[in-house]
Amino acid sequence: MSPAIRTASSEQLSAFIANTCSKSSHLLHVLHELQHRFLHISPEAVIEVASFLDLPPSQVESAVEFYSFFSTVPHGRFDILLSNCTSCGYTANGQDLLQLLCDRLHVLTGKTRDDGLVSVDETSCIGMCDHGASLLVNGRPVTGLDAVKIMRIAELIETGTPFENWPAEWFDISDSIRKIGLLLSEDITAGNGLRESLMRGIDGTLEEITQSGLRGRGGAGFSTGMKWKFCAEAEGSAHYVICNADEGEPGTFKDRILLQSHADAIFEGMTTCAYAIGAELGFLYLRGEYRYLSPHLEAVLARRRVQGLLGSSILGRSGFNFDIEIVVGAGAYICGEESALIESLEGKRGVPRNRPPFPVTHGYLGQPTVLNNVETFVAAAHIAQNGSAWFRTTGTMKSPGSKLLSVSGDCAYPGIYEYPFGVSIKQVLDDCGAEDVQAVQIGGPAGTLIGRSGYKRIIGFEDLSTGGSFMVFGRKRDLLDIIVNFSRFFAHESCGFCTPCRVGTTLLKNAMNKIAKGQGTQYDLDEMERIGTLIKRRSHCGLGQTAANPILNGLQRFPQIFRQRLARGDFEPSFDLDAALEEARQITHRDDAAAHLE
Amino acid sequence: MEAKAETAANTINIDGQEIPFEHGQTIMDAAFAAGVYIPHLCHRPGLTPHGSCKLCTVDIRNRISASSTSDRRRQTKFTVDADSRSVSACTTPAAAGQQISSNTPALNEVRKTITQMLFIEGNHLCPSCEKSGDCTLQAVAYHLGMLDGHFPQFFPRREVDASHPTVMLDRDRCILCELCVRASREVDGKNVFAIAGRGTAAHLIVNSPSGKLADSDLETGDMAVHICPVGAILIKEQGYEVPIGRRTFDLHHLGEAGLEKVVLAKTVYRDE
Ligand SMILES: Cc1cc2nc3c(=O)[nH]c(=O)nc-3n(C[C@H](O)[C@H](O)[C@H](O)COP(=O)(O)O)c2cc1C
Ligand code: SF4
Ligand code: SF4
Ligand code: FES
Repeated sequence: MSPAIRTASSEQLSAFIANTCSKSSHLLHVLHELQHRFLHISPEAVIEVASFLDLPPSQVESAVEFYSFFSTVPHGRFDILLSNCTSCGYTANGQDLLQLLCDRLHVLTGKTRDDGLVSVDETSCIGMCDHGASLLVNGRPVTGLDAVKIMRIAELIETGTPFENWPAEWFDISDSIRKIGLLLSEDITAGNGLRESLMRGIDGTLEEITQSGLRGRGGAGFSTGMKWKFCAEAEGSAHYVICNADEGEPGTFKDRILLQSHADAIFEGMTTCAYAIGAELGFLYLRGEYRYLSPHLEAVLARRRVQGLLGSSILGRSGFNFDIEIVVGAGAYICGEESALIESLEGKRGVPRNRPPFPVTHGYLGQPTVLNNVETFVAAAHIAQNGSAWFRTTGTMKSPGSKLLSVSGDCAYPGIYEYPFGVSIKQVLDDCGAEDVQAVQIGGPAGTLIGRSGYKRIIGFEDLSTGGSFMVFGRKRDLLDIIVNFSRFFAHESCGFCTPCRVGTTLLKNAMNKIAKGQGTQYDLDEMERIGTLIKRRSHCGLGQTAANPILNGLQRFPQIFRQRLARGDFEPSFDLDAALEEARQITHRDDAAAHLE
Repeated sequence: MEAKAETAANTINIDGQEIPFEHGQTIMDAAFAAGVYIPHLCHRPGLTPHGSCKLCTVDIRNRISASSTSDRRRQTKFTVDADSRSVSACTTPAAAGQQISSNTPALNEVRKTITQMLFIEGNHLCPSCEKSGDCTLQAVAYHLGMLDGHFPQFFPRREVDASHPTVMLDRDRCILCELCVRASREVDGKNVFAIAGRGTAAHLIVNSPSGKLADSDLETGDMAVHICPVGAILIKEQGYEVPIGRRTFDLHHLGEAGLEKVVLAKTVYRDE
């Protein structure tokens, strides 16, 4: 590269980076802006960002390469990502819309078109599962895709039509709330919960949350009151509150609805927590797929500052100072894991930390930190306003309160359903109009796959716990394809830190592909069970510990879907011998019969 | 936290053997001090424990009440040994009364599988590798009775960096243990290496403007150069100088006291 070009571009970059950093010096923020403006992050940009933020260049480079939404080669001016989720993915309506779009635009998946106009690729679930096949174009979701819409999109892109001139209704994402309960039936009044908390005092607030029996809604179900107490008691130079809005589990979209329509309750919950633990700064870590919600959330924050619900001397209480920053993720499911999320917030790759110590004592910047799910903070705000007794009026002994379910897949009424804990699977299936059900995936790919015999089981920490994903698969679905899809998901999302998950998820993916192609044998099934069990038990974090669940559940509860695809014989090679010769054929420019195996 | 008053209580039990520990030690530290070998690859005393290779995986028997570690983990019936939990010995603090199994046939089988995973995800052609015989990965494989890679090879394409005058980086053999990353930061006071990328695309990068070793401040005497357990970081012009039969693991075995020093020194002084 000529030095002249380099200086010119680095001046431009410096100016751009300086400007970006004046708004926020979070590495992820700067990288998002660069990607957006220059369609990629060049090696020069990496060096420039590193020197500006005073980071080692390797840290910036490693982050760029970790997150799916950043690229080192230029993407198209229209950058399209189709979801590959089983509910909002490009084959959700039985047709391969990815292929259709690529054909139409004469572009290969993952390769930017030569004229730089467009790039098309696939991405993990984008949380639009109640709206059918969906995509992101330059970060904006377009839902309800079918062949006709895909053709229209291709046309609009080919003619370089700016988004203002696309049908505006395409970008409206409606809230499909189907059933309301404790939390959704009435919104809190901004500030009410906080006022109540100030009256209760710090100890009283911690007590109220603990008494409510509220348990984390992100999946693990730890007592929220205890978490806040441990953090309040932990010593540090500062305390932090983090809201986990990474919502990456395929089939989950309830946090999106809360972010869109109940942002006040989320921030009220976070502020209540800040009061209880003595935090002055909080973060909402928003998944990159929901970046389009950021202006709305910023607006709510701004209003709350004007209302005296954020900032210094909140509600006139001197010494009660707290504010919230929004940090946007960049396409990495693992960043939903609490310690990986904190690493990501610190501008690093999202790799889970060793625990102990836990975030309540050593979290953000090594300081005591409370990290809770979006729904947990919403419930906390309601408890602050209405009291713990009110909360305990629904749910079960072990799981008080309600749970928001994101119902999607083969049912008449996909959407958000709020139920008291203890609701049976059958009840949910009846309510969402699911007929002729083959199986239900509770808690997303990381959760549990159940068949008919499990429909009497209940949603609750004592039985089937879920972050909220509830995917219905009808009789017509090929369940094996679903499991193939899930095994690809985990191999794609493994952070790569520990051996069992990094290598093992790819081994499982390859084995599932082999079986789906009709080349698997009983040996492969036994191997999957052995490797799956090993990954589950020996992996470093929850991702690896759950990655084999779809396969293990499938082998246990739906053995026939595997068996009917097996090749005869005990053993088949894992690779296609003829295909393995392809590279040699290309090098020698041969394609005659003698260059092929039978 | 206060150290317990009675020292008698400060023991852990590994495979039936009572082992004392001091407050702040990990299971690995305590085992190491007592001369008990727990297989490991990403660990080196003196560097911050990493917990990534998972070779040091051990089982701790649960107390009466099954502590709910991870809810997600309990969800299928396939979980074996529900009465014990799996941890990495190198990162888990020793705590009085822990009943630990380590050197069991089942656990060594698990370790063998993990070692096979490490072999097949990279390009390890031992017969043509100059680290052969001095390689800890190879030694661990022998120790565990590994006879083949078992799984289909991934055959990844990885870059070689031969730009540096005295040090060679062959990523084909890198097992992502990050020993070089930590040694450079914690011992050499530099920051030459890092890991970039995700999943099986994770790879070692060099912290220099060009991404090449030649432009980094790495020097032959750095611990980062000598600590690589495999043949990914090599010192140029000294390959094959020590004949087979006189290499590290021809003369020493893995669990030997003081081996860490021998392994580090080997590449500096070659044939002693
Ligand atoms: C791979 C993985 C992904 C996760 N993703 C999320 C997520 O998207 N949202 C979430 O709230 N929790 C997620 N969690 C759980 C978090 O680690 C953490 O337990 C939770 O956010 C704590 O909040 P809670 O106590 O309010 O549930 C994930 C965990 C793992 C292991
Ligand atoms: S289990 Fe998977 S995601 Fe978790 S640390 Fe290991 S490689 Fe990363
Ligand atoms: S180069 Fe060697 S020391 Fe560094 S991470 Fe790779 S295997 Fe480990
Ligand atoms: S030695 Fe403990 S995980 Fe590598």
